[in-house]
Amino acid sequence: MNNSKSQSGISRAVKGYFSQNWGILLGLLVLCVIFSIFGSNFLTTNNLLNLLRTCATNCYLAIGVQMAIILAGIDLTGGALAAFTGVMTVAAFEWWGMPVGVAVAMGVLFGLVIGFLNGAIVAYTGIHPFVVTLAMQSICRGTAYLVANGSPVTAYGQDAFAEIGQGSIGPVPLPVVYMIIFLILDYFFLNKTKTGRHIYAVGGNEVSARFSGINVNKIKILVWTISGTLAGFCGVVLASRMSSGQPDTGQGYETDAIAAAVLGGTSFFGGTGSVGGLLIGVLIIGLISNGLNLMHVNSYWQYVLKGIIIIAAVYVDMIKQKKQNAAK
Amino acid sequence: MQKELLRMEHIVKTFPGVRALNNAAITVHAGEVMGFMGENGAGKSTLMNVLGGVFPADSGEIYIEGKKVEIHSIYESQQMGVAFIHQELALEPYLTIAENIFLGREMKNSFGMVSKDKMAEAARPFLERVGLNIDPNEYVGKLSLGQQQMVEIAKSFSLNAKILILDEPTSSLSEREVEVLFQTVRDLRSQGMGIIFITHKMAEVFQLCDAVTIMRDGEFMGVRQSDNCTESELISLMVGRDLGNYYTRTYNTPGKVMLEAKHINAGKRAIDCSFQVRSGEILGFYGLVGAGRSELMKAIMGLDPMDSGEIYLEGEKVTSRNPRYMQSKGVALVPESRKTEGLLLNNTISFNITLPVLNRFINFFRVNANKEDEIVDHGIESLRIKTPSSRVNCSTLSGGNQQKVLLAKWLATDPKILILDEPTRGIDVGAKAEIYTIINNLAKAGLAIILISSEMPEVMNMSDRIIVMKEGRITGELSHEENDQEKILKFAMGVSDDE
Repeated sequence: MNNSKSQSGISRAVKGYFSQNWGILLGLLVLCVIFSIFGSNFLTTNNLLNLLRTCATNCYLAIGVQMAIILAGIDLTGGALAAFTGVMTVAAFEWWGMPVGVAVAMGVLFGLVIGFLNGAIVAYTGIHPFVVTLAMQSICRGTAYLVANGSPVTAYGQDAFAEIGQGSIGPVPLPVVYMIIFLILDYFFLNKTKTGRHIYAVGGNEVSARFSGINVNKIKILVWTISGTLAGFCGVVLASRMSSGQPDTGQGYETDAIAAAVLGGTSFFGGTGSVGGLLIGVLIIGLISNGLNLMHVNSYWQYVLKGIIIIAAVYVDMIKQKKQNAAK
Repeated sequence: MQKELLRMEHIVKTFPGVRALNNAAITVHAGEVMGFMGENGAGKSTLMNVLGGVFPADSGEIYIEGKKVEIHSIYESQQMGVAFIHQELALEPYLTIAENIFLGREMKNSFGMVSKDKMAEAARPFLERVGLNIDPNEYVGKLSLGQQQMVEIAKSFSLNAKILILDEPTSSLSEREVEVLFQTVRDLRSQGMGIIFITHKMAEVFQLCDAVTIMRDGEFMGVRQSDNCTESELISLMVGRDLGNYYTRTYNTPGKVMLEAKHINAGKRAIDCSFQVRSGEILGFYGLVGAGRSELMKAIMGLDPMDSGEIYLEGEKVTSRNPRYMQSKGVALVPESRKTEGLLLNNTISFNITLPVLNRFINFFRVNANKEDEIVDHGIESLRIKTPSSRVNCSTLSGGNQQKVLLAKWLATDPKILILDEPTRGIDVGAKAEIYTIINNLAKAGLAIILISSEMPEVMNMSDRIIVMKEGRITGELSHEENDQEKILKFAMGVSDDE
């Protein structure tokens, strides 16, 4: 009895996944077909792994950004924060002589602290998250340039550090492994924990959440802290891959993360958004860069395309919301 | 009888999957206030939207002053003299009264610039007609809701309206504002306007309306002269069955004191308020809108700041005052507004009901889905929530069913003390009667219940005792044997016998 119930639960979940995401799944499929026909070497193991690697760093940020959007907020700090933590990490062991392990932990910790500040300011001042995280983006970028003195901080021959972003398990690059781990944790966190449900509740209706006994400020601080920590980690991975902490890296990464989240069906009205959808969003954004490169399209077109995608995806969400309201 | 202003007949309107109107009708004469009643979903708003030009009907006839017309747009409807004042007011808060009245028809001076002076001058007579004595250059955002409503009505004059539709105009007004509104409506009637007055409140029908048109399930059920019909007659027309006892209340001997508040002060909203409520007892809280009842309860729950005062739960003093702590001690506040304070309308019934009790079935990463379903199903069954599944969004439910979900959510916490803030606001009579039965059963089961209500008959028929508040103070207390409308109102308005 119990068994049959849980089985139907799983098939229901799979069905639900397809019916909820069929639009973007179709988009993903169409892109794959186009690129395998017109792009040379698209369907090679090498290229697909490469594709996943580009997806990975975006995914770290996108997980945090999605949570912020579920709270009816936003996090624009990601890219600049990654640059900041990358610079700090490399500088820590190259210039200040810290052990690599400590330096990496410190880098991630900086991300956590900046994220915490974002969350605390949003929660206790009531300033709109857009403003807070935009300002913090500027602060992070500026500090990164100041610390690095305007030029990249090169990491010389620290194998342990290089391993973080360049290593692999079998054929699978480590950054992709992190991505998979983060996505799984994210899924369980949002769907299976009390705090996860509280995040949806606060995003859906903050007043009602407060009446329900949820500590709204705590939730806000937590979400931006998670987002900052992931951005901090993203910075470490990027620095490891490039063997240097570059203060100008991560430009426009927020845009990619937001694009992935909204493509995945995360509503700017707050309260909704699934990890499954996010994954597809991340894959589509990665595919666009990868595929257009293979087709030798001028890479500046990617920016144009992503912008169009964001507007289209948000518009689709608005139509959905309107339909929902009309159904009342 | 004066001449006929409006006649709508045989109106049919179908939405995908729903026949919203089927043979709907209404007739209004000049100098008549026509009440318009029906349960939620009966099609009142749909019919008015057809008249207001929001969308066209599939078939049916509309006559305005005897002439057959077709209405294709809001603009056309306005040209024909129809003014539709929606429940949620549609004024621009950052524009002045005059600018709002002439929005889209701005007056210009000789340089072709918008002239505030000209518009203010032109607005004045309209404001006088509704008895609004305010500078037309005042910003609308600074006005009370009642005053904003008057501005909407004044705006309809500027459009030469002959037929005025008021959609539940009193739902967010204070008692005094309601009095002003009624006076205005009576003035308009004597000036020959025809007024359609949509309402859920029986008292308003008998107080204000000349006649009342009743709809059920999209159909015209009949029209009654209000001085020639009874409340139960109207109710049975609305619900299509005899409701029997509308209010259900069996009085029990109250048990021990569950909650005691001593000298609560919270700004101007609650001043030196003390009361206690016992198990098995329903303590009514009556007052005019803004009397501070909800605010007092929010302060007690720790949702709003409190300056001083003591709270005892079952004799034990409360030291840590926040909503989580109070909930863990068995106090539940079912808030006034389903939309903003109560529910997450875009989430499922299941999500809403379980929100305060996630502890029961989530253990770190492990969700006990069976236990979750059990909690939700129990809520749906015991309150008889009408829904195809627990996984539909609350926004798809009727107001009455939403209210039941809200109740189920808080009953899931197994409260010992239940604070109900306007538990029947904006829901239809059938659902109201059901809610009263539920409340009565809860009291029977030994809960201590605080019932905040602005509906006098509700408080009078449901409460063991009634506490009356005025401007943050408790001004009187009456037992259910001694209460009568007049006494309660005296306390609520602050009129004492020796004045």
